[in-house]
Amino acid sequence: MELFGSFLSALLSTLRDVLPIVVVLFGFQLFILRKRIPHLRQILIGFLFVLFGLAFFLEGLEQALFPLGKLMAKQLTAPEFLGIGIDDGGTVINWQHYVWVYLFAFAIGFSTTIAEPSLIAVAIKANQVSGGAIGTWGLRIAVAIGVAIGIALGAYRIVTGTPLHYYIITGYVLVMVQTLFCPKPIVALAYDSGGVTTSTVTVPLVAALGLGLANSIPGRNPLLDGFGLIAFASLFPIMSVMGYAQISEWIAHRAARSGAGTGEE
Amino acid sequence: MDRVSKSLQHLFRSSMESIRDLLPILLVIAFFQLLVLRQPIPDLLGLLTGTLLVVIGLTLFVHGLKTALFPIGENMAHDFARKGSLFWLLLFAFSLGFGTTVAEPALIAVSEEAAEVAARGGMIDPDEEAMSSYANGLRLTVAISVGLAIVVGVIRIIKGWPIQYLIILGYLGVVIMTAFAPPEIIGIAYDSGGVTTSTITVPLVTALGVGLATSIRGRNPLTDGFGLIAFASLTPMIFVMAYGMIL
Repeated sequence: MELFGSFLSALLSTLRDVLPIVVVLFGFQLFILRKRIPHLRQILIGFLFVLFGLAFFLEGLEQALFPLGKLMAKQLTAPEFLGIGIDDGGTVINWQHYVWVYLFAFAIGFSTTIAEPSLIAVAIKANQVSGGAIGTWGLRIAVAIGVAIGIALGAYRIVTGTPLHYYIITGYVLVMVQTLFCPKPIVALAYDSGGVTTSTVTVPLVAALGLGLANSIPGRNPLLDGFGLIAFASLFPIMSVMGYAQISEWIAHRAARSGAGTGEE
Repeated sequence: MDRVSKSLQHLFRSSMESIRDLLPILLVIAFFQLLVLRQPIPDLLGLLTGTLLVVIGLTLFVHGLKTALFPIGENMAHDFARKGSLFWLLLFAFSLGFGTTVAEPALIAVSEEAAEVAARGGMIDPDEEAMSSYANGLRLTVAISVGLAIVVGVIRIIKGWPIQYLIILGYLGVVIMTAFAPPEIIGIAYDSGGVTTSTITVPLVTALGVGLATSIRGRNPLTDGFGLIAFASLTPMIFVMAYGMIL
């Protein structure tokens, strides 16, 4: 019964989220475009699938994965686990324990990105549009590696307390340099993959990690230093996706060259 | 009979895909909980039922994505392209960006946190009323910035401008604003770029871009169709810092 009640409230909050979108879509369709929607029945059923799907998805996350994930983030960043002495001013840094924090940041960034529904959507579309040249898994893994590196580096930033914008501005410069050398068709998709990675699954877990770290490390203010992980997670996939495109182009190039070489013999 | 078994097979296959998508999270949790923290998993049954719900949800969502969100987004893009009225297309683009962002739960959470930061930093009065008006103003600001981002992105698709020039401009905007914005707001501003694009916005906006690029002659759906999300995650950073500076 309790399960049913909380599912109902998840369904209601999803409905509130979907409603403005439905109003915009159908309002423009009916009053501006004034056309009948093709396959209206199929689309309405599809919207119900989206609605119930998201509600189940969020409810399941809330029930199982989020509490445990947040608890783990808290335990891994607790001063006792990190080996930060409360009385000695906390200047002694036990790097071995921080290694677990970075590893956790990397692993949680990677695994939540793989499960992110909006990334699945973009990967499906990119695969369709490119005629299969961009593999759904290739793109998703490239993005997930980017998020993983981003969050691990973001955790390192919270530990060291360096200003966020130094990292982000350096990242921008790198993105621009990479853009010069990247195969042009992939550029827009790579920029997009920065924004799609961080939604339903990643944000709550990563926020818990950031707040936990900023709470435990002396001299960090959770309100100021706890933020910024999401920014890392939306910057690094841009680089990793362009890197993925560059590497696959290079491999294709080399294969073509060696193929031509054997052809001449 | 044959159709039923076929759709059951399809359902089974997509559930297996959802399980595969979730497997990494379960492995990470199990590894850290059992081997690093060395604690048993509390409430194993709850974890398993929750995971089952997530699998069902993901399967349904991906099905709805393919049968509703993608087709309606692309259809409307085609119809707008055929109608040929730039005004209505841009108004639609703005409404889609604004409407999907303003009710976004992640944004509501972030703007409340931002109000708390502002109150502690002494930028606004630390009472409930000032904080809620600050949070609401911030939410509107972000929603407007996402609406404008989609408008700019749609104009770019129509004109066929290379995306990197606009993104460089955006990055420059962020860097310049960072130099002037109050330091308390920077972290939140940078994060706000990532949280605005929700699970329903992304497929719809992607379908809109790809649909437009497909309908307009001379545009390539891959090169020109993507990129709307990139703008939508860049402009909030600039607007949130501007909001922090003005107030």
